[in-house]
Amino acid sequence: MTTARNIKVLVVDDYKTMTRIIRNLLKQIDFNDTDEAADGNEALAKLRGGNFGLVISDWNMEPMTGLELLKEIRADAKLRHLPFIMVTAESKTENVVAAKQAGVSNYIVKPFNAETLREKIEKVLAHA
Amino acid sequence: MPEGADTSIAGLRGELTATAASLLSELEALGRIISDTRAQVTALRATDSAATFIPTATDELAAIVQHTAAATHEIIDTCEALESLAGRVPEAADVLQQATTRIYEACAFQDITGQRIAKVVAALQAIEARVGRVKEAVEMPAESASPSLLNGPQLPGTGVSQSDIDALFD
Repeated sequence: MTTARNIKVLVVDDYKTMTRIIRNLLKQIDFNDTDEAADGNEALAKLRGGNFGLVISDWNMEPMTGLELLKEIRADAKLRHLPFIMVTAESKTENVVAAKQAGVSNYIVKPFNAETLREKIEKVLAHA
Repeated sequence: MPEGADTSIAGLRGELTATAASLLSELEALGRIISDTRAQVTALRATDSAATFIPTATDELAAIVQHTAAATHEIIDTCEALESLAGRVPEAADVLQQATTRIYEACAFQDITGQRIAKVVAALQAIEARVGRVKEAVEMPAESASPSLLNGPQLPGTGVSQSDIDALFD
């Protein structure tokens, strides 16, 4: 997975502690090129202006939620195939189904560990 | 007065009296309900002044989130400092990384607890709004907490700092 680890990852979460945790965990599993956004709008602006290979986003954010961000990405001709992992404390079936219907690549429930993060990323990138 | 008319009036009076008695009974019951409700609302004021306690509780919960976030950032800062040392001690690099990974994973508690506390705050605010409407309905004056009591840890930005207190003793 050496090639995959060269991709740029955007971490989207309105909790600064969570973006720091995820970015540090990514660094520990050799994803060193990372950036962050505090909400969906900031994420879209960064994605449209940069060369990202993966988005890891929280669901609960304002004013644009992670689900809305996902839908915007899937509706954007240039970004529609971008791998997108939802990371959230919301583990209700209907939420997972809604994210899947919107085109999410994978779904991680908080709290999670570095191994789960690595496993999901590799799975998503293998199908990208 | 024709014969029989007196009997009819007496009967009518009897009916009116029965209706009035029934009405009086209803009014008495209503009076008791109002009195009980007032007593309950007064008891609520005496034991749980929503005007002060609920906003204080929400502020305290917000402060918990703020303090745990600050502590989590400090823990992460320290982990990052430890990670930067890994290159200098190659023999301990793996152990160091495993330890910091576990700390990062554990720090996610702040996000989870923060979301749970936000839900509790929303519930308290809903209760506060409802109690406020009841108070307005019975026109109760706001009651402040006893000034003689200490109120526990000060919220950030309120109270005085330790150095301010020390200055008073110098």
